Amino acid sequence: MSKRIEIKDLDIYYGKFHAVKSVNMTIEPRAVTAFIGSSGCGKSTVLRSLNRMHEVIPGAYVDGQVLLDGVDLYAPNVDPVRVRRQVGMVFQRPNPFPTMSIKENILAGVRLNNARISKSAADELVEKSLKGANLWNEVKDRLDRPGSGLSGGQQQRLCIARAIAVEPDVILMDEPCSALDPISTLAIEDLIKDLKEEYTVVIVTHNMQQAARVSDQTAFFNLKAHGQPGELIEMGPTEKIFHNPDQKATEDYITGRFG
Amino acid sequence: MSATDIPEASTDPRSDSHSLERSAKRFGDTFFRGLSTGSGVLILLILAAVAAFLVGLAIPALLADPETFQFSRGQSFWKYVAPYAFGTMWSAILAMIMAVPVAVGIALYLTHYAPKRISSTFGYIIDLLAAVPSVVFGLWGIAVLAPAMRPLFLWLNEHFSWIPLFAGQVSGTGRTIFTASVVLAVMILPIITAISREVFLQTPKLHEEASLALGATRWEMIRQAVIPFGMPGIISACMLGLGRALGETMAVAMVLSGSGIISFKLLTSQNPNTIAANIAQSFPEAHDIGRNQLIATGLVLFIITLAVNMTARWIINRRKEFSGAN
Repeated sequence: MSKRIEIKDLDIYYGKFHAVKSVNMTIEPRAVTAFIGSSGCGKSTVLRSLNRMHEVIPGAYVDGQVLLDGVDLYAPNVDPVRVRRQVGMVFQRPNPFPTMSIKENILAGVRLNNARISKSAADELVEKSLKGANLWNEVKDRLDRPGSGLSGGQQQRLCIARAIAVEPDVILMDEPCSALDPISTLAIEDLIKDLKEEYTVVIVTHNMQQAARVSDQTAFFNLKAHGQPGELIEMGPTEKIFHNPDQKATEDYITGRFG
Repeated sequence: MSATDIPEASTDPRSDSHSLERSAKRFGDTFFRGLSTGSGVLILLILAAVAAFLVGLAIPALLADPETFQFSRGQSFWKYVAPYAFGTMWSAILAMIMAVPVAVGIALYLTHYAPKRISSTFGYIIDLLAAVPSVVFGLWGIAVLAPAMRPLFLWLNEHFSWIPLFAGQVSGTGRTIFTASVVLAVMILPIITAISREVFLQTPKLHEEASLALGATRWEMIRQAVIPFGMPGIISACMLGLGRALGETMAVAMVLSGSGIISFKLLTSQNPNTIAANIAQSFPEAHDIGRNQLIATGLVLFIITLAVNMTARWIINRRKEFSGAN
């Protein structure tokens, strides 16, 4: 499953602080969309607003719409818990549950909401998810070992496997490689390219080569000035953004003449 | 370093900050290493001294002819101590059953549900509860709690006397092992709450977010991330509480009207006493071998407490690789 996301006039606030101003964009299914921009420009906030994870910070709220195949995630009758089941997330630092084995980590999402799963179905799902995250061959002999015993890159792929085990429509990645070495990064990037066959993938990254390598569409965010809300400056095919952007600010950022 | 060293040092070009030679003893390092090592050794010495005292004075009672005993003459020492050891553990277990769920619940409320303002005030009040002297709890137990428990006892006895725990003739005073356990539960509640709260606050945000991002509700997030991560801490907290419940003397001695019997019945006037309370109550009249007998029961209490703590450590270590510490 893979769904289209449309963001319409989205403003995001943390209490009185206006973090992001009037974002409009369409994120295509079966594609990778990268958010780039300098620190504090609101790209992670926008990403987190796509599965309402920014709401874990008290006082956070939005004004505007985020439509997932036409359904507004912020409609009054929408349960954020259900939103997060459909829109999975991978974080900056690998965060497998340290108290669980590799297998239990994969099943963590499936076992929520009182769902029951037979042992054979569970084994099947673990294998499928780990294969989907290119991790199966490395861990198939130690599924009952703690997930925290894996290397950083393996842990991050475990987190991806855990996210896809619940069969979401969208996978959000918040700088998924920034804590990893180059080889692990490459493994994750290969995986991202595979994931877009089935999912809508949105990735925030500080690494512009990474954005250029993995994404189909790129969105550039920026601040007008310190203390101002972040804004979407420009969005388009990655090729165009990196070689022929419409906006001066985008070009400055891409070419490193920024700030 | 004395003042006379300074001019000498400044005239020697090799002893300036560029020199790689080991400088003379660094006084601060030496001093603090000695201080911390000394403190560590001191606590071991104190523990050894207490153990030596208990063993030394307990041996006469263990070796003596039971016919010469002051307490329970004619019975072996083990027969004498068994009911008190039972009463100690029974009252502590009952107190734990009542206190732990409430304490963990309060800690979770304070860390994950309550608004910030309430949680800090509330936490402060809990800490205050820990500062109430046990004699005050004893007075409260006798004067307020025991009479107040009577109607509950009668009701339990009337409707649930088919459960052996609630069978028998209900005590007229309410000063039963049940009441004593409630007092103990209130006394150990603050320490378990305070430590659990600290532990729950340590849960990494990353793990909480991982859980929420999978579509966990708040309670599921707590069950998936917060409680497993805090489990070693909760166990430690429980052990501290249990240690206090096992050793508590004054409140139990005041509230409980116990004797040297083994009984699981919670509501009757026939209650087992605890080791600590029995020592406090019997020591003034004890003499000669009687003192040794009481000290020997103290040794038994010491061993029980030690065993409980070692079991807890073992439980924590068994799941070490899954503890989140690595």
